[in-house]
Amino acid sequence: MKLHQLSVFSENKPGHVVAPCRLLAREGIDIRALALADTERFGILRMIVSDWRRAQDLLEQAGSVVRITEVLAVEVPDRPGGLAGVLEVFQGTAINIEYMYAFPFVRGQKAVLVFRFDQPDAAIACLQEAGIQVLSSGALQEA
Amino acid sequence: MTSVTAGRADTAPFQPESAPDYLPAAILRELQLARLRSTLQRAWSRVPLHCSRMKQCGFEPGDLRTLEHIAALPFTTKADLRDTYPFGLFASPMADIVRLHASSGTTGKPIVVAYTRQDVDVWTSVMVRSFAACGLHAGDIVQNAYGYGLFTGGLGAHYGAEGLGTTVIPTSGGNTDRQIMVMRDFGVTAICSTPSYFLHLIERAAQLGVQVRSLPLRAGVFGAEPWTASMRRRIEDLAGIQAFDIYGLSEVIGPGVAVECLHQDGLHIFEDHFFPEIIDPDSGRVLPEGEEGELVLTTLSKQAMPMIRYRTRDITALIPGACRCGRSLRRIRRISRRSDDMLIVRGVNVFPSQVEAALLEIEGALPHYQIILACEQGLDRMEVQVEVTPEMFSDQIGVLERLNQRISDALEHVLGLRAQVTLVEPLTIQRSQGKARRVIDRRRAQP
Repeated sequence: MKLHQLSVFSENKPGHVVAPCRLLAREGIDIRALALADTERFGILRMIVSDWRRAQDLLEQAGSVVRITEVLAVEVPDRPGGLAGVLEVFQGTAINIEYMYAFPFVRGQKAVLVFRFDQPDAAIACLQEAGIQVLSSGALQEA
Repeated sequence: MTSVTAGRADTAPFQPESAPDYLPAAILRELQLARLRSTLQRAWSRVPLHCSRMKQCGFEPGDLRTLEHIAALPFTTKADLRDTYPFGLFASPMADIVRLHASSGTTGKPIVVAYTRQDVDVWTSVMVRSFAACGLHAGDIVQNAYGYGLFTGGLGAHYGAEGLGTTVIPTSGGNTDRQIMVMRDFGVTAICSTPSYFLHLIERAAQLGVQVRSLPLRAGVFGAEPWTASMRRRIEDLAGIQAFDIYGLSEVIGPGVAVECLHQDGLHIFEDHFFPEIIDPDSGRVLPEGEEGELVLTTLSKQAMPMIRYRTRDITALIPGACRCGRSLRRIRRISRRSDDMLIVRGVNVFPSQVEAALLEIEGALPHYQIILACEQGLDRMEVQVEVTPEMFSDQIGVLERLNQRISDALEHVLGLRAQVTLVEPLTIQRSQGKARRVIDRRRAQP
């Protein structure tokens, strides 16, 4: 139920994000979701890919610092209020969202939200109780 | 026609305080020998480290027959000061010590130096003679922009300039705009600072519409960091002053160990108080006059903290022959470089090992790092690049920013100056034979 997200350290300089993306492309690894968090000086490239173990090996061999984090992906209707409906689930709980990013499905009217929670297991329980589907990595592949 | 720098002088009125500068060589050597004997005796009887070192090599103070005989004694190093921190090399009881100063050491701990009343008087007298050698006199208005505090520069220059009878303005370091206001409004005729700070001051003054060239300022006494002949020319051209080099180190006394005279052809060592040797830094062998090597100094009159054959790590040479000024004091060449890895950043001593210690403390393991020194608007700027390791990396921005801040704070704590910390990707720091190049100094890339 939890997905493995790759985070890669990047300096905030021209051309620094393209190198890992190009490497994965050359090896036939598909980037399912991607978000870039940055400050003035450095950035963190966060990715969900088709084969995280191989992607991690390839990136590390190329000299990148990679961290694997467990995140949750949730499918919501791609319409106004879709995101709010999910966030409301956590109101009044002690669960904290460390960060999140969203991307639309190419097909269909759904969007996928990726969350990094401080308590992923508690978050899964909350979401399931609210009837919100947490995507498996397989489901994301098919997206 | 090339214009002669305004105020440049080859002669200055003789100052009585300068009399010891002209002692006949034979008398000077006799005085040195007598003072060296009593210094060794004092160190032997009062400082356990010096005593055990002398015993180890079978030497007793009474054995000393000639000045050259000093080569039989072992060296004292900065590590000895660190190992005996804080008061282990003192030769006077605290009741006789009137002042302590401290400077940064290699591990973050400072080294502490002590002065008796007589030591302060000697220090003042060599600073008086230094300023006199630079042509200053009563009537001069001296802006002292060396930092006042634990650093010996500020108070050393202050007492010397006051002792000579000049009017001292204790501006200390920093607050550049106010320094410029003081320089202009008070009719300052001479200034003391690090050369890099003075360059910064000239440039800032120009921005404020103040042309230093057109002010009464005619001399600068610059030290506390190595500088080049081309930097001197630049300062002299831009400011229309004569720029003098002064040398010293806290371990020996502070500023006032050696200074240039009006001829600016090497720095005269105040040999009645300090005995110089030049050695091969690798073998420790004493080198003949004229050969370049590491300067080793022995104090001849220090009471609170006699120093025996202290390795300064500064590379220079004793200049053969007499100076046109008539002083019998021998001269050393301008310090060109150091024999260890010490860096001087904004007048502060910095060792790469201090940076390592700070990083180790935070990371538990040493990441690859590089110190980059640059000069921006005449001021030294220090950047420490740290390669991100898997251990320190996080997927959260806040964690990395806090790490950046922690490293920055630790460096400031250890070094006593602020460095910019930049986290960089792995393998981006240039390595030679697997080892990262620790220091890139771009400050003096252009002459």
